[in-house]
Amino acid sequence: MIEIDGLTKRYGDKTAVDRLSFVVEPGVVTGFLGPNGAGKSTTMRMIAGLDRPTSGTVRVNGKHYPGAAAPMSELGILLDARSVHPGLSARNNLLALARTAGIGRRRVDEVIELAGLAEVAGTRAGGFSLGMGQRLGVAAALLGQPQTVVLDEPVNGLDPDGVRWIRLLLKSLAAEGRTVFVSSHLMSEMAQTATQLVVLGRGQLISQGSVEDFVGHATTAGVLVRTPETVRLGQLLAAPGITVINDGTDLLRVTGTTAEQIGAAAWRAHLPVYELTPTHASLEEAFMQVTQDSIEYHAGATR
Amino acid sequence: MNAVTGTRPAPTPTSAPATVAGPVSQVRVVRAEWTKLRALRSTWWCALTAVVLIIGVGALVAGSGTAYHVSAANTAAAGISTALLGVLFAQLVLGVVGVLAFSGEYGTGMIRATLAVVPARLPVLWAKLIVLAGLVLPVTLLCAVIDFFAATAIESSRGGSAISLTDPGVLRTVAGSSLYLTVVVIIGLALGALLRKTAAGLSVFAAVFFVIPVVVSTLPHNITGFAPYLPSNAGGALWGLSATSAHALSPWTGFAVLCGYAVVLIGLAAWRLRRRDA
Repeated sequence: MIEIDGLTKRYGDKTAVDRLSFVVEPGVVTGFLGPNGAGKSTTMRMIAGLDRPTSGTVRVNGKHYPGAAAPMSELGILLDARSVHPGLSARNNLLALARTAGIGRRRVDEVIELAGLAEVAGTRAGGFSLGMGQRLGVAAALLGQPQTVVLDEPVNGLDPDGVRWIRLLLKSLAAEGRTVFVSSHLMSEMAQTATQLVVLGRGQLISQGSVEDFVGHATTAGVLVRTPETVRLGQLLAAPGITVINDGTDLLRVTGTTAEQIGAAAWRAHLPVYELTPTHASLEEAFMQVTQDSIEYHAGATR
Repeated sequence: MNAVTGTRPAPTPTSAPATVAGPVSQVRVVRAEWTKLRALRSTWWCALTAVVLIIGVGALVAGSGTAYHVSAANTAAAGISTALLGVLFAQLVLGVVGVLAFSGEYGTGMIRATLAVVPARLPVLWAKLIVLAGLVLPVTLLCAVIDFFAATAIESSRGGSAISLTDPGVLRTVAGSSLYLTVVVIIGLALGALLRKTAAGLSVFAAVFFVIPVVVSTLPHNITGFAPYLPSNAGGALWGLSATSAHALSPWTGFAVLCGYAVVLIGLAAWRLRRRDA
């Protein structure tokens, strides 16, 4: 379990994490979402005790992590793929970490096998691809069979096979009763893996809850309408609280009303409708919707 | 968007998940640091270079110039000190090993993995200090002893005085060169931890042990009263490097001054390691 209470981190006059409070429960996979620069990595570094909070507290399994007697049994963390020594082999990188907790070579070989690194275990990590570095980082996080696993963008740089591996791994860790907290910018990936979500924007908590709640609360259901009379139907539907978006094709994207009302209105005005499809927002859309106000670095074109 | 809290199902695990990890201890962290140091190629290249420099330069000095004759002005200890000239070059190589022990981890990002598994942090500093001193002290002591026997054998074969380890100050000079190099490595370690960048650490190290002593030696004597207190000169007093200089500190006072620098720098490094974000 991870308990975060009033967590704040300031670098000079820039606030990276702002009075963040949430709880990550054991037994489920909790996703950590937010645009770049939202403070996800900073939060994860504070969980591991690498960055000191300006104020607020972090508790891992009910304890202050830097004071833990057996840190590797409490928390395993992947911060980024480049937290390995390029001059050491994969095995020696892991062995050096394992030694601090009295973990033997057998467990080291076990995680090497688990991460699919058996063939390159003796090779210097400096020559690893991003994906292999990521697998090594995940192996390091799992080394101590920790109660709580924190992974920052674990699928970054992984091939589809690796992505599937991570997905199954996270679920099996949660099934064992461990706390699994994982950040990702791939919403589709979160939708398939996480059951709980913590959403962050500009260092502040935007939402916490189940994936279904998040999608349900964040979106107004929309209706996709295909008609040759886009302009007339659009004018007909226009009303306060209803938005009609036409991207120049024969498709209208209508929110704020139902498919039944659109169909009835079109029938009364004798406008042909070829398609009338209620749409459910994907996690991706829900995410974009709740975070659009807090995106700090807009792409240049939208500025 | 309001936060939805307290609605998630929280399955309570029947028992705590299995683990293989035991508590962190200083001994375990030392073993971890030894695993790293031993597996890095740079360690062994630097160690080999230091060995070649100490013994090779010593043999070269003993075999060149006029044979050394012990007299009131030319003590046995001073003769051995000259044969240990290679220590001056070896210290740069060993300083690199010291600086890299920390700056190498900051540069590659491994420090985050290291400090995440030892969140108390200070055991990492002590462990690096122990493994570096534990490697450098015996290796350089062996080098100095081999250098002593090689140099004295070459000198006597050329008709110079026979010098024995029991002659006044000789044992202190031989062992002192090794103690000196060990403290130099620790100063390098502290600089690496303090400055975090390899280039910065090496620059400061080279400035303190090479550039500043040379520059100071060219200045007028009336403004260089502090010269004996420079780390290299103070430490050099123990193995006879600066024994010929009129203002040199006594051997053990000089060594104590060098150790004082090391203690202060390690103290600052410990403070910074504890306080600063990794």
